[in-house]
Amino acid sequence: MRRILAVLLENEPGSLSRIVGLFSQRAFNIESLTVAPTEDQSLSRITIATRGDDKVLEQIVKQVNKLIDVIKITDLTERSHVERELLLIKVLAMNDKSRTEVKRITDIFRGSIVDIGKQVYTIELTGDAEKLNAFVNTLANETEIIESVRSGCVGIARGEKALRL
Amino acid sequence: MTKKQFTGAQMVVKALAALDVKYIFGYPGGTVLDIYDALFQQTEVEHILVRHEQAATHMADGFARATGEVGVVLATSGPGATNCITGIATAYMDSIPMVVLSGQVPSTLIGDDAFQETDIVGCSRPIVKHSFNCRVVEEIPNIIAKAFYIASTGRPGPVVIELPKDLLMPTSMGEFHIETDVKMRSYNPSIKGHHKQIKKAVKAIYEAKKLVVYAGGGIIIANASELLTELVEKLDAPITNTLMGLGGISGTHKNYIGMLGMHGSVEANKTMANADLILALGARFDDRVTNNVKKFCPDAKIIHVDIDPTSISKTINAHIPVVGLLDVVLQQLLDELTATDFKPNKEERANWWQEVNQWREINRVSYVQEGDQIKPQRVIEAMYKITQGEAYVCSDVGQHQMFAAQYYPFAKPRQWINSGGLGTMGFGLPAAMGVKLAFPESHVICITGDGSIQMNIQELSTCLQYNLPVVIISLNNRSLGMVRQWQDMVYGGRHSSSYMESLPDFVKLAESYGHVGMQINHLDELEDKLNEAFTIKNRLVFVDVLVDEKEHVYPMQIRLGAIDDMWIKKGVKA
Repeated sequence: MRRILAVLLENEPGSLSRIVGLFSQRAFNIESLTVAPTEDQSLSRITIATRGDDKVLEQIVKQVNKLIDVIKITDLTERSHVERELLLIKVLAMNDKSRTEVKRITDIFRGSIVDIGKQVYTIELTGDAEKLNAFVNTLANETEIIESVRSGCVGIARGEKALRL
Repeated sequence: MTKKQFTGAQMVVKALAALDVKYIFGYPGGTVLDIYDALFQQTEVEHILVRHEQAATHMADGFARATGEVGVVLATSGPGATNCITGIATAYMDSIPMVVLSGQVPSTLIGDDAFQETDIVGCSRPIVKHSFNCRVVEEIPNIIAKAFYIASTGRPGPVVIELPKDLLMPTSMGEFHIETDVKMRSYNPSIKGHHKQIKKAVKAIYEAKKLVVYAGGGIIIANASELLTELVEKLDAPITNTLMGLGGISGTHKNYIGMLGMHGSVEANKTMANADLILALGARFDDRVTNNVKKFCPDAKIIHVDIDPTSISKTINAHIPVVGLLDVVLQQLLDELTATDFKPNKEERANWWQEVNQWREINRVSYVQEGDQIKPQRVIEAMYKITQGEAYVCSDVGQHQMFAAQYYPFAKPRQWINSGGLGTMGFGLPAAMGVKLAFPESHVICITGDGSIQMNIQELSTCLQYNLPVVIISLNNRSLGMVRQWQDMVYGGRHSSSYMESLPDFVKLAESYGHVGMQINHLDELEDKLNEAFTIKNRLVFVDVLVDEKEHVYPMQIRLGAIDDMWIKKGVKA
């Protein structure tokens, strides 16, 4: 089962490598991992998408929590939450037909074209993983994908619940 | 007026002194020469020069296990640091408080593949509780204080500190300030057990008809053996110890049913298998205990008390988890039992003990001494008799380790020092040296074999330099006994690389290092000669005992079976 974990930890050198190392050392799966400092520069927040049954997930949460740098960890998938991922994708747009079609698909998915080259469009789209997959598949049927990059998901709990000090 | 300025090297030594460190174990080299220079100019911290950095870590480890204090290691960058890896892993697996100070090339050279540069923080990451890089000279004292705090609290473990050379030299000076009362927002080990869980545990104890206490190394670490004994007596339950937990309750206590697990006693494993409630205290259901987890104690409810939540329900699901310091939780359990006026149900207990005693009669652990060839078990028994069960026994890894665990009933905690988790050959001698340093008046034995002793034999030289007269008892079977045993039992008797066909003359070897060497080859001289070895107080004695090379360790769990599926001797199942 897919889970999304949010981790609040000290923004220290090496703290990310401890998390990544732990996952490989204990043979836990990482689907995606994103990290950045929070508004409080002394803290970093990591979002990890992983897979595992309840027993594995319990171990992951406990093992991550055991790391000295980690302040808090929560499983966002336990409750209702908002989950987003950013996609930047560069596609071939050589003639009027393909430009029109790419623009139309982008509008339908509420993405935006952020750069135009002589023969390419670069599109930005945010959403959950499913929406991004659908967008990429639709584009692939219409034109050639030159390259794409995805941020991995970030997530936050709905309502009053918060991950903070 | 400006405050007095210190180099980083001086700060390191001042910080260690402020933390009451008496000994550090290490080996000098380029990047830590400033620390050695600072050590030379003071008297508070004594440095013990080993012959190989691995031995420094084991020595610090033995010192820590025997005293409960943090063991401190100092090594230079590169090979000095990487030589510490095995010792760090050993301490990590057995939850031993240790701080390893490692040199590093100057900050400006880090990442350049400079001479003797290794990313020791990266190398050691999976086997440390935590690690630190120092970037500013003034940080050094508080980083050391934090390292000690982390190493010694919660579930203890090793902490590595990397010190770049430029921070240690007179080129960067700073004021010395140390905060020994450490507080960290990201690290607060839980102390008390949750009161609801305590109540649940006590309720389960009331309902149990067949209760067994399964106590591990956590009891030793938490100094909780008196409370454990009190609890066992109150419950009138049988108790078994893990390899790491030996001495947690006296090995001669009437409720004690021996060690459990792979080479545990039949009664311990049978009692576990038939229990309806297992009270697990500071133990982690290691694979050397459980055997096949799918067949593990099917009828038992499990209360699992541990300071480390990751140990709970990792391999075996706990019905009632309790996270907390063992001494605190044991007191909570005792208080709750007293408050509810607990008395064991006499009839139920009598029935349970009757079953347990039946298993006791099958066979505790036994061997047959036939002929003149000395059985290794006999040596341990003689050793027990002569030292009246009061020696510190520091073991290497192999058959001798299991024989010592089986035939030397430990009266007290911290008397039995062995590498249980990692199983590090070469651990015994340096660990014994660390113990002897802490307790010079006590008998300190290194029980070893012809394989293990050669993995750190160079430390005989250190023993002479610092006058550490440990008694080395080597059960010499001219082979790697445990490997050979497995080859006999599992690999069709094909002794692939388990012979040691070019053994040195250990007596002459000991003598060449300036010690007393002694060989015992006949059964009738065993006790007299061992006795003689223990009467020599001020010199190290190396006793090379030639034992029966064919002897196997029994009982032994049958692979992939349940906890109590065991061979009690060749071809005989329990």
